[in-house]
Amino acid sequence: MALMADNISLHISGFNLLRDVSMRVERGTVTAIVGPNGAGKSSLLKVLTGEMTATTGQVSLNHQPLSTWALEDKAKMLAVLPQHTVLNFPFTADEVVALGRIPHQTGKRKDEIIVADALKAVDASYLEKRFYTQMSGGEKQRVQLARGLAQIWEPTQLGDQFLVLDEPTSAFDLSHQKLTLEIVRGLAERGIGVVMVLHDLNLAARCADNLVVFDSGAIAAQGSPDEVLTERLISQVFGVKSIIAKHPVTQKPLVIT
Amino acid sequence: MFAMGTGTVNISIADIWHAIMGLFSSNSANSQINTILFDIRLPRILLALCLGAILAISGAVMQGLFRNPLADPSLIGVSGGASVGASIVIVMAGGWIQNGAALGLSAVAAGAFAGGFIATILVYRLATSQIGTSVTTMLLAGIAIGAIAGALNSLLSYFADNDMLRQISLWQMGNLSTANWSRVAMVVAVAALLAGLFPRDSRALNALLLGESEARHLGIDVQRVKRRLIVLTALGIGTSVAMAGMIGFVGLIVPHAIRLLIGPDHSWLLPGSALAGAILLIIADSLARVVVAPTELPTGILTALLGAPFFVALLIQRRREI
Repeated sequence: MALMADNISLHISGFNLLRDVSMRVERGTVTAIVGPNGAGKSSLLKVLTGEMTATTGQVSLNHQPLSTWALEDKAKMLAVLPQHTVLNFPFTADEVVALGRIPHQTGKRKDEIIVADALKAVDASYLEKRFYTQMSGGEKQRVQLARGLAQIWEPTQLGDQFLVLDEPTSAFDLSHQKLTLEIVRGLAERGIGVVMVLHDLNLAARCADNLVVFDSGAIAAQGSPDEVLTERLISQVFGVKSIIAKHPVTQKPLVIT
Repeated sequence: MFAMGTGTVNISIADIWHAIMGLFSSNSANSQINTILFDIRLPRILLALCLGAILAISGAVMQGLFRNPLADPSLIGVSGGASVGASIVIVMAGGWIQNGAALGLSAVAAGAFAGGFIATILVYRLATSQIGTSVTTMLLAGIAIGAIAGALNSLLSYFADNDMLRQISLWQMGNLSTANWSRVAMVVAVAALLAGLFPRDSRALNALLLGESEARHLGIDVQRVKRRLIVLTALGIGTSVAMAGMIGFVGLIVPHAIRLLIGPDHSWLLPGSALAGAILLIIADSLARVVVAPTELPTGILTALLGAPFFVALLIQRRREI
């Protein structure tokens, strides 16, 4: 089962934000979406998660049109973390993460265990009782990531689960970038499908099974990072000259600009 | 008990006890004391209790709904709208309301409800665009709506006759002195309704603090929750404005203070605010009756005088902790 976009287009006030985009996120795989600013990556995520409705085409989750899932059932299968979450109220970190348990009725004690585990997974246990409003950008982002993890912590009988992340590593230092990638790979091993928008091509190349390059509202290329990342494509899409090398250890493509 | 004893005529605790006992044994010892206690003070205390709870819980809900700790029924024009609605009914309906009939009262309350509802919707619509609800726009829209409401109120006062004018100005000062049992019955009903329905949405309110689309991704039917909360808030504020006029600060400061004390989780915040709001208004009203005895101060002045220093103290204490 999968999260699928079928020939979707999105027109808003005269602009073609998305043109005929098709992609599928299989269970247990990691899909990275890259592309220049304003290419429509965030619009694609909004359509994929049901926040916006495509002008034409259809999005389906586990073989059923996304819009026909009951909101609560959808929330049990699909966790979404936007780029910025503004939260001006002094929740503690564990309270924020506990919000991810809202769609599930698993009881307080179980939720507490899951919240603690999720915080531990993102290396944020020490933040547990700290106020969200007083955290640094990177700490906030980790707590939000933990909230997303808590939302899909356990499998559901409804279908496969998916996690959608919009630039999850933008505020992270090197070690937490690496940690995020490990978490994402771990989720994929558990059968969860992950979609994320990334800016760092090398980060994307290192962890994605499927790399989608986006340019002016359409898919310029998609496939495994090895196939997709070429010097020609990068100069075409990003307008930057580059050299593609091989990472000496991981053997993944390495973009040097 | 304390509130029952305080007033222009001081009644000792023993007398109150005696009077309460007298109710059950049906040999009322002192009919004057009984009248003061059960026909004047008790309804007034109950009114203060329910209105305080309504104002504070509505304030807490609005702050959650607008995702802004500054949202307050009076700050965003809702109280203004409600007071215009009430004034319109008084002026239009003319004489028959003063006869004190419960029907007339409900008409005024309905007017206040409609006014408050329209103002809430207007402010919300103006402040909400595709990207979400903008706080700045909301406050500005509130000021605009409040200004229009003020102008309409002045206009209505200008055309009103003396009796109507008295009624209108009574509200704007925020006064509980008009308490009687039929009013109490109505306010108790509204308070019970809100206390029953608001807490059912506390999880949704918690999720809404993250943002509307985030709440939707957590499985919350945001549109429905929003509509329900706005209607209930307008009902609460409308009733309170119709009964006691503009009692400011309770809706702003009480939820704020409770949030500082126990955190922003709505499952505790809502009942906590209701309780604290009730206590604050009872104390404020008791003081309002005695500080300048034999006359009275408008209660609204005292809620501000009592609430604001407490709030400032909390702010200072918090700052030291950080």
